[in-house]
Amino acid sequence: MARTVSDSTKLGWTIAAWIVALLIFFPILYTIITSFKSETEAIAGFNLVPSGTLESYAEVQSQYNYFKPFMNSVILSVGSTILALIVAIPAAWSMAFSPTNRTKDILMWMLSTKMMPAVAVLVPMYLIFRDWNLLDNRGGLTVMLMLINLPIVVWMLYTYFREIPGEILEAARMDGASLWGEIVYVLTPMAVPGIASTLLLNIILAWNEAFWTIRLTTTNAAPLTAFIVSFSSPQGLFWAKLSAASTLAIAPILVLGWFSQKQLVRGLTFGAVK
Amino acid sequence: MGNITLKQVSKSFGATTIIPNIDLNIEDGEFVVFVGPSGCGKSTLLRLIAGLEDVSGGSINIDGRDVTNEAPAKRKLAMVFQSYALYPHMTVAKNIAFPLKMAGESQEVIDRKVTEAARVLNLTNYLERRPGQLSGGQRQRVAIGRAIVRQPSAFLFDEPLSNLDAALRGTMRLEISELHHQLKTTMIYVTHDQIEAMTMADKIVVLNAGNVEQVGSPMELYRKPQNLFVAGFIGSPKMNLIEGEAAAKHGARTIGIRPEHLKISTSEGTWKAKVGVAEHLGSDTFLHVQADGIGPLTVRADGELAVQHGDTIYLTPNPSKVHRFGADGKAL
Repeated sequence: MARTVSDSTKLGWTIAAWIVALLIFFPILYTIITSFKSETEAIAGFNLVPSGTLESYAEVQSQYNYFKPFMNSVILSVGSTILALIVAIPAAWSMAFSPTNRTKDILMWMLSTKMMPAVAVLVPMYLIFRDWNLLDNRGGLTVMLMLINLPIVVWMLYTYFREIPGEILEAARMDGASLWGEIVYVLTPMAVPGIASTLLLNIILAWNEAFWTIRLTTTNAAPLTAFIVSFSSPQGLFWAKLSAASTLAIAPILVLGWFSQKQLVRGLTFGAVK
Repeated sequence: MGNITLKQVSKSFGATTIIPNIDLNIEDGEFVVFVGPSGCGKSTLLRLIAGLEDVSGGSINIDGRDVTNEAPAKRKLAMVFQSYALYPHMTVAKNIAFPLKMAGESQEVIDRKVTEAARVLNLTNYLERRPGQLSGGQRQRVAIGRAIVRQPSAFLFDEPLSNLDAALRGTMRLEISELHHQLKTTMIYVTHDQIEAMTMADKIVVLNAGNVEQVGSPMELYRKPQNLFVAGFIGSPKMNLIEGEAAAKHGARTIGIRPEHLKISTSEGTWKAKVGVAEHLGSDTFLHVQADGIGPLTVRADGELAVQHGDTIYLTPNPSKVHRFGADGKAL
């Protein structure tokens, strides 16, 4: 029998859920609100109702070129994601469909690299980038972001591929499909949803990556994360302008996330829910 | 054609031997059932024939051609899986058409054959649906449809009904048997359910721990089980196996008597017994009794028989139906 839940309990949980959601979203909301304030309003104290001025946006645009870091963010996140998929799809494929005794160990090892604090390798990475002339270079940073997210991409794809029942592949083999036919007609269509959500999640992760992108760039390859930082340090605390810059930086990814909610939720649950 | 011959076929996974050594001949058009308990190697044997597993030794011939090292697709066999293994992203029509498409048939031929298969299997109204929108029985029929369009030399069924509920299982059992009569193609069917084996098979292969215990028609196995394993496995309810003094009287280590071959009387008989649980099925009653000096027995009685828990009854085995087994478990 299903547990019966009274209406008042349901209402209580709904309100609680909204409060938690609002708490989590609040920093983003307040950033957006502040971006529509004047600098005087912004430092005046807590206030949820902005005057609605667009002066911060105008100033951000006039002083800095938003387009360049935006394009850098797009190139870095999409580029690193595509690179990661090119490496990860065959890797996850072989681990899922022809595993060896060591497959689990390799997966764990890959994941363990994510347990290390990035700052621990900051100096060697910086020196490598410097010596190879990769500082402030989009190509170098793309590879860096790809490597950072590769373990997660492999894990996600591996989990998705594992969900494809082996009997279906055997059925295809019995039905006369060649290896190529099996891949084109059966495996790929079944794997596309998994690949798509991995792609989306990885774009978001790469877009938001702020440690390496800030430290390994100056101007040429600087993405939106560096764009935000450039407002916070040298010019002191111009809250409204900083908020406007932040809003501009997160807006594209917020929109992308909003439209791909369904895929993302599935991606984030890591294939645990069948 | 669909003559399949296994010669000295063996299969090991690492150090574990699943099938030590099997010789088997399956005639064209036969309905052969591989039956045995879980882990007896029946599915492995089917997969060896299908080519989904490689043999460790021996050879497999189909229609006189050695296919031991050939890919599954080249063996001209069709398989129906336990999980149905339908392609979830394709419609029913596309699922059924898939093997034809892989074989490079023209669209015209594909359409004709799919329509025909759908008609035979009552799937005409579901052709545009996806497998996810079908019931278990319908999915099973799609899986069969996908198998029959290829006109294979033999069908392989791997426990195809075990995911269905009891009522549907009965219906599908009939449908598959009917299909065999229509197509007259060799079918190899794997099941752990001896009722499926008895009702569907022309020939039953009883497997135990990778060995063939006995091969024969359902009634041969029922009448003349060659050993204790087959005696205990074939028949429902199970044959009563009795050891000790009662067996010694028949000059055997063990005697077997089926529940339906025990005569019941309330006044006299060979063995005196106390009634335990009585299972009333309507047409029959299965009595679980405790016989003096013998032990627990199962008796099949008339459905109308009025006996209660704790009643005393007398049982007399039909002497011509007593099976005798020696110390090695083989029939005497």
